[in-house]
Amino acid sequence: MNFDVVWFVNLFPVVLPTLELTLNMSLLSLVLTVLLSVFISVVRHFRVGGLSQFFGAYITLFRATPLVAQLFILYFGLPSIIPAMKSMSAFQTTVLALTLNTSAFMSETLRAAIESVDKGQLEACYSMGMTRYQTMVRVVLPQAFVVALPSLGNQFIGIIKGTALGFTVGLADIMAKAKIAAALDLRFFEAYLCVTLIYLVLVMGVEKVQGILEKRLQKFC
Amino acid sequence: MITAEKLKVQFGENVVLKNLDLHIANGEVVAVIGPSGGGKSTFLRCLNFLVRPVEGKITVDGVTLDAKSVSKGEIDRLRLKTAMVFQNYNLLKNMTAIQNIMEPMVTVQKMSKKEAEAVAISLLEKVGLLHKRDAYPKEMSGGQQQRIGIARALAVNTNIILFDEPTSSLDPELVGEVLSVIKQLVAEHNKTMVIVTHEMKFAREVADRILFLEDGVITAMGTPQEIFENGVNERVKRFIHTMHSNGTTL
Repeated sequence: MNFDVVWFVNLFPVVLPTLELTLNMSLLSLVLTVLLSVFISVVRHFRVGGLSQFFGAYITLFRATPLVAQLFILYFGLPSIIPAMKSMSAFQTTVLALTLNTSAFMSETLRAAIESVDKGQLEACYSMGMTRYQTMVRVVLPQAFVVALPSLGNQFIGIIKGTALGFTVGLADIMAKAKIAAALDLRFFEAYLCVTLIYLVLVMGVEKVQGILEKRLQKFC
Repeated sequence: MITAEKLKVQFGENVVLKNLDLHIANGEVVAVIGPSGGGKSTFLRCLNFLVRPVEGKITVDGVTLDAKSVSKGEIDRLRLKTAMVFQNYNLLKNMTAIQNIMEPMVTVQKMSKKEAEAVAISLLEKVGLLHKRDAYPKEMSGGQQQRIGIARALAVNTNIILFDEPTSSLDPELVGEVLSVIKQLVAEHNKTMVIVTHEMKFAREVADRILFLEDGVITAMGTPQEIFENGVNERVKRFIHTMHSNGTTL
């Protein structure tokens, strides 16, 4: 078998230092995605005139097109007509693409979860004199998050794997490091197996955290 | 004090309340009885605008709303005048028993957490559930949840409490514990209470006045004695008789 174990093992110290970039991209995209998704789902839930339709169109557009095409349009396309976007780094653009792409899915998941919270609790809140905003923040969203958690976990995993596209716009993440090493020594199998394993371990970690969270939150839903 | 004038509620073509007029005095306990679908719960829910009447006026503790020209602010003000106990308890599932009771005090009345906690503890004691203070709703029985619901309504601290069939979702053996808590409230507090119920014996014991609501109209009204013993109205007599033969405690 033409598998160079030593080369494979030696690749890890080369690739792993760039894991920080992958993690930074993933976590930043996750935080931004959650914020944007909450905003969109609440706007769509209350059918806020104008904004709700705008986000509806956005969701259709970003769900229907490939992430890589969105990334290229944001990085290579739009800066030619919007000069302000020229100053955006590859890192920023990748985070933006991942955020916009994942939010299109996550906001729909959250909206469904918001609508699954039983109306009786809303009536209870209103009857106590709570406003719609207080009810949303203190009662509906915390419960919606628990309902949506398995799905949110999936989408976070999607973000982690999506960061691998960063190398297409010149980011030196784990994928890019592996690809360069593979091309230099023509060791493709070893190189891609190395990054695959790193992604696998990363995602298993996320699954573990998700499991703990779900267990902890089970007591009230 | 509660006044309803020419209250009309309509869902599509279906008129659920037909020009209902009613006055309830301060401290009065009114039980609303009648067949299902007669408009009892709808009437109660109009009083805090959970159901929006299409016509009529409601005055609750000095706040008057005209169904034809009502603003969001007015609805908010009206809701501060009443507390409600629900058929399905409607406890907030992401909060423990004590947090549920503290919620109206902390969020609406802006009481400090410490103060609210002290009040909540005394209310938990009152409904006999101090040992459940940190339990989530799903860890409690229906009867316990409803007792927390009642404690929460007391925490809202209004002169008026609305009870929407507080025992209808409970297993028969749990009905007693909830009714006895309500009876205790009636005895200890001078609150105005409107209670929609199918428990005839209970209505007879606690109410100052009984309303019989059918097809959106109050067809009989009187003291428990007038309604249950003197039998002022043939239809009411038949209804009470049916409830009795169906096994409802009379």
